[in-house]
Amino acid sequence: MLQLQNIEKVYRTDTVETLALRNINLQVDKGEFLSIMGPSGCGKSTLLNLMGLLDEPSKGKVVVDGKSTERLSDKQMAHFRNQSFGFIFQSYHLINDLKVLDNTELPLLYRSSASGQRKKLATEALEKVGLANRANHLPSQLSGGQKQRVAIARAIVGKPSIILADEPTGNLDSTMGHEIMDILLHLNQNEGTTIVMVTHDETMARRTHRLVRLFDGSQVQ
Amino acid sequence: MLRNYIKITLAVLWRNKFFTFISLFGISLTLATLMVATSLADHTISPQYPELNRDRILYITGIKLYNTQKGEFNAGGLSPYFCNHYLASLKTQEAYGFGRNGDPINTYLNNKKIALVSGFTDEGFWKVMSFHFLEGKPYSKADISNAEKVVVISEKARDDYYGTAATALGKDIVLGDDHYRVIGVVQSNPPLNNYTSADVYFPYTLAKEDWNNQDPRGSYRAFILAPSKAAVSTVQDEFYSMAAKIPLPDKDYDYQFIGADTYLTSFVRAVFNKGNVPSKTGGTRNSTGMTRFFLIIGGLIFLFMLLPTISLININITRILERSSEIGVRKSFGASSRTLVYQFIIENIILTMLGGVIGIVLTLIVLHFLNASGWIEDVQLDFNIRVLTYSLLFCLLFGLLSGVYPAWRMSRMQIIEALKA
Ligand SMILES: Nc1ncnc2c1ncn2[C@@H]1O[C@H](COP(=O)(O)OP(=O)(O)OP(=O)(O)O)[C@@H](O)[C@H]1O
Ligand SMILES: [Mg+2]
Repeated sequence: MLQLQNIEKVYRTDTVETLALRNINLQVDKGEFLSIMGPSGCGKSTLLNLMGLLDEPSKGKVVVDGKSTERLSDKQMAHFRNQSFGFIFQSYHLINDLKVLDNTELPLLYRSSASGQRKKLATEALEKVGLANRANHLPSQLSGGQKQRVAIARAIVGKPSIILADEPTGNLDSTMGHEIMDILLHLNQNEGTTIVMVTHDETMARRTHRLVRLFDGSQVQ
Repeated sequence: MLRNYIKITLAVLWRNKFFTFISLFGISLTLATLMVATSLADHTISPQYPELNRDRILYITGIKLYNTQKGEFNAGGLSPYFCNHYLASLKTQEAYGFGRNGDPINTYLNNKKIALVSGFTDEGFWKVMSFHFLEGKPYSKADISNAEKVVVISEKARDDYYGTAATALGKDIVLGDDHYRVIGVVQSNPPLNNYTSADVYFPYTLAKEDWNNQDPRGSYRAFILAPSKAAVSTVQDEFYSMAAKIPLPDKDYDYQFIGADTYLTSFVRAVFNKGNVPSKTGGTRNSTGMTRFFLIIGGLIFLFMLLPTISLININITRILERSSEIGVRKSFGASSRTLVYQFIIENIILTMLGGVIGIVLTLIVLHFLNASGWIEDVQLDFNIRVLTYSLLFCLLFGLLSGVYPAWRMSRMQIIEALKA
């Protein structure tokens, strides 16, 4: 489903070069729920961003559904992101000017689907995370947990093959955190969605199928 | 999609009320200024009383004589002989007329001086122009040949001389040192009508000049009325082939040019093509200066819009940076750079269109006050479809100019950077 081959990522600034990832080889299978752990700064987010084509590796390649994503045009990359991935960010990243429903339907805007259809799918996605009754609220009117649930609805609305979640529970208390985790597990078990999740929380990681540990840019487990 | 763009645009505008106010203020002021200018320009070149047939009148404003060896030229008006002899021969025209105007002439009422502007015309002038006669009629061909001391006066002259709305027909008027009989009163012809405006029109045979001289040079302008708008160029063709055969009046010159132009072109030629020798082979219409005119007008509009555009670009860039997280999110979920460029350009066009609507309201107010103040004598400016079309074009141009660069810049933002900011 998703393969990382000999990935290396170097961040270059004017003065320093940071080797954020080195020699990463990783395969994510269909239907898997994978968690990534490691100390702060070890490259977890970098790894997740590379998986989701939000960033490009310095070396190596990312293969999605058997297709290499090297040297794709901006448009082709956008198409991949739109079709294959759903992102959940630690800080939610909802668009504050848009209502919950409009935030949720965002991925569908970049496909050819009619407005009515978009609204219908977005409402369904919101129902799955238990927020259909907040469809006309603005993000500022929601709690942290609710915002993250909107973010999940947005990530799943386009039925992507993989959900990439970067510390989705990082900003939430543990009850909220487990609620979010429940939703993700449910998606994984009942809808077969492949999920890769970065977390700092051992108890969350234990609830997933497989754990990958990073240390200083290298995979240690 | 467009609905979504409008939604987010309005939300963003509403959120940054201060920014919105400043932008809309600048945009609407800029556009209103352009719209008022457009309305003025439109008024100047579109058919106006009494030149209601302006779109099928050819204006022959003068003759130019060139000495191509020395690079000298001499420009002046036309003689009555030229008009009666040469213009009369044109078969494709409906009518022709000629006249000159602008010299002051005084009259006295109870020892109080009334300053008037005189005009001298032939009888054809009244056929080509569409004067509205409040009383009486124009002078006839017979009046002209007999040099009858008759005049057609404007409503304004009548009101000044005889009293408001008094009848003047058949009455005596003293102009300069002579007595004349009023045979017609016309609705006043505004001074903006450079070629035809006057308060008192005399038969040209009353002018103190030798109007039988066969030299084409004189002080008159001629007007040819084509039977239809479509026929204008046919008449023009006939005119030019006729004009090519007119002998040079003066051996100091080796080339002459007499242009028969549409209204706008006649001005442009006078202003922008003063000294150019028209090419003898390339025909006679290729040297009107129209290209230069449009370039200069375009350049002026560009300069005028430059400053507001730059400031709007600046505001836009700041505004877009504030939205970098949104850009990151949209890209993460599949917006291509190009899609985002479109989004931001459309947003900016929506903004400028809003500014345009306010600008139109401002323009209507300004025009109302301009008209009410009588700042330009006898002129009523209006905001017609043409002006509206141009105004919307200006809005669009403005929106594009100020939107493209910021949109392009923001679309190039790296997703990761955008999300971090
Ligand atoms: N844009 C960047 N420019 C330079 N260095 C960067 C950049 N982004 C990340 N890094 C560096 O790369 C390394 C890995 O960063 P990354 O964000 O992947 O860590 P992380 O494991 O997600 O940490 P955290 O748990 O704190 O989120 C760090 O040393 C970081 O300083
Ligand atoms: Mg991180």
